[in-house]
Amino acid sequence: MKIEVRLFATLRKGRGKKVYIEEDEGLTPKDIIDQLKIDEKDVSILLVNGRDGKLDTVLKDGDIVSLFPPVGGG
Amino acid sequence: MYGYNGKLLRINLREKTVKTEDLDLEKAKKYIGGRGLGTKILMEEVDPKVDPLSPENKLIFMTGPLTGTPTPTGGRYMAITKSPLTGTVACSNSGGHWGAELKYAGYDGIVFEEKADSPVYISIENDTVEVKDASELWGKTVSETTEALLEKSPEKSKVLTIGPAGEKLSKIAAIMNDKDRAAGRSGVGAVMGSKNLKAIVVRGTNKVNVYDSDKLKAVFSDSLKKIKENGVTGEGLPTYGTAVLVNIINENGVLPTNNFQKAQFDKADDISGETLAEKYLVKREACHRCPIGCGRYCKVDDIEGGGPEYETLWAFGSDCGVSDLKSVIKANYWCNELGLDTISAGATIAAAMELYEKGYVKDDELDGLSLEFGNGEAVVEWTKKMGRREGFGDKLAEGSYRLAEMYGVPELSMSVKKQELPAYDPRGIQGHGLQYATSNRGGCHVRGYMISPEILGEPEKLDRFSLEGKTEWAKTFQDITASIDSLGLCLFTSFALGAEDYGELYNAVCGTDYTGETILEAGERIWNLERIFNLRAGIDPKEDKLPKRLLKDPIPEGPSKGWTHKLDELLPKYYEARGWDKNGIPTEERLEKLGIDDEGLAEPACE
Ligand code: SF4
Repeated sequence: MKIEVRLFATLRKGRGKKVYIEEDEGLTPKDIIDQLKIDEKDVSILLVNGRDGKLDTVLKDGDIVSLFPPVGGG
Repeated sequence: MYGYNGKLLRINLREKTVKTEDLDLEKAKKYIGGRGLGTKILMEEVDPKVDPLSPENKLIFMTGPLTGTPTPTGGRYMAITKSPLTGTVACSNSGGHWGAELKYAGYDGIVFEEKADSPVYISIENDTVEVKDASELWGKTVSETTEALLEKSPEKSKVLTIGPAGEKLSKIAAIMNDKDRAAGRSGVGAVMGSKNLKAIVVRGTNKVNVYDSDKLKAVFSDSLKKIKENGVTGEGLPTYGTAVLVNIINENGVLPTNNFQKAQFDKADDISGETLAEKYLVKREACHRCPIGCGRYCKVDDIEGGGPEYETLWAFGSDCGVSDLKSVIKANYWCNELGLDTISAGATIAAAMELYEKGYVKDDELDGLSLEFGNGEAVVEWTKKMGRREGFGDKLAEGSYRLAEMYGVPELSMSVKKQELPAYDPRGIQGHGLQYATSNRGGCHVRGYMISPEILGEPEKLDRFSLEGKTEWAKTFQDITASIDSLGLCLFTSFALGAEDYGELYNAVCGTDYTGETILEAGERIWNLERIFNLRAGIDPKEDKLPKRLLKDPIPEGPSKGWTHKLDELLPKYYEARGWDKNGIPTEERLEKLGIDDEGLAEPACE
């Protein structure tokens, strides 16, 4: 299956804006973060298909994972 | 005297007289300062039914007790008056350096009365306060005025001014200070223009006294540590400013696009904080004593200046369907120069674009300029025309509600109480929508920034679609914000600080004995006072609503697809949480509890 990973703000450094990950079943956002060598504490917002996701959510083919570091403002 | 200077300036513009008055300290501490105290004074001195642009309305500039003190972000002032845009109380907050300078000159605030018979500006250098002729400044842009005044004023003076939009009484005109900081919302710039008051230049060399400087040092370093350690205030805002929100809000499918017809913009990354930082950012800027420094300074072609903020990127970007970041930066520049609120200005052009798309506005009105969604260059031109009321820009200067009303379709204005909604589609953020509907100054995100828990997860992550607990959250956010505004601190500190921290800072500076609980209670007191002003002004509680589109039409696509806002379910619970009756009128019981029963305010204000 194929997962689209979208990276934002400082997480783009050295990784680019978008990464595709192809893997067998059972992949979670936690696996993706590890694969991309992102420190777990640098991810403050994690979305799966635009909805709040969890680190251990099991992903499906075609899912979009968006990762943000701590950011904010008005 | 600690924190407060204990002095107010009262300037009668018709008589050209300047008086210094003692501040009623007891009252000041009850309403804190800034927003709270300013509203209290407005309430006492102005009939809420007054025509906002008549000489009988007053314009009050008020600092907080922490403005000009060594506290993180302690530099803010507020402009309080009755709004010509909404008819509600207006309180617009700004950073920069002007507010602190007014404090150093020895004053807590200025009350302007009446109207000058020809343009004037005010010059303040400590005890010397003069009303001076401004006929040569009238018509000048914000940077021209600022430079002209700095040239003839003592070194280190700070300038607050309106631009041509305020002079021409645009209902979405801002008051600008330090060139690019804005007390932007609710048309406060038009009130200043209606008084023929162009600018206030101030220089002060006094210090603000602090009650317990040892304690303040300790509290200060404690709060500074929290600000530095918090991901948002320590890293997110300093690195990307507010602009970083474009992508986050878009990924959640709540970035209003084409005047809220859609909630996701396929070209969001083109107008994002990331792209801004990569292509156009020159440097960061910080307001007075701010350790966060979220301000941006950008250069594009032959223009450069402060901003743009997230709200502005949205308003001139996705809300107008524009993906050309250069044009958005230029529109922001012209808002700053002409003195327009960027949120209302961009959102009004977006509404005009929908009016055009639907055939209400026709080409023969437009002098050949495009009004199609997506045309960035046209958006820049419309901004200029709006600021100067040229051609169709004259209609735009009235704001989106009055514009859409002229064509018989006010429902196409995405506003609450006639003030344009900011950059978050409430259909996918239920608590934030409640906050929009109940804000005391109409469509606004900074009366209670529910984006923080519902999207950003600060202080904890809430499900943005759920209604559970949202009324209490909205109330608490509204109350604490009222206190932060009144203290003279920046709302952005609240990502890292809580009610107790604010109480500690206040106590160290002023010798008060506030706790977290009483800080929230003071905020609630201020909130209720504003509500009473609005009720007396004739604002029907039925106006606590959202545009029909957001209640009836589901979001058409993206991650928030299918959602409408559930205001009907939330509003009665909100009134209950506020201790108001089912019609949204504060009960005598609650007002008494808040200590605003003794001031003759308790009788029902709206029949
Ligand atoms: S956080 Fe930003 S807006 Fe607030 S005081 Fe600092 S620089 Fe100004």
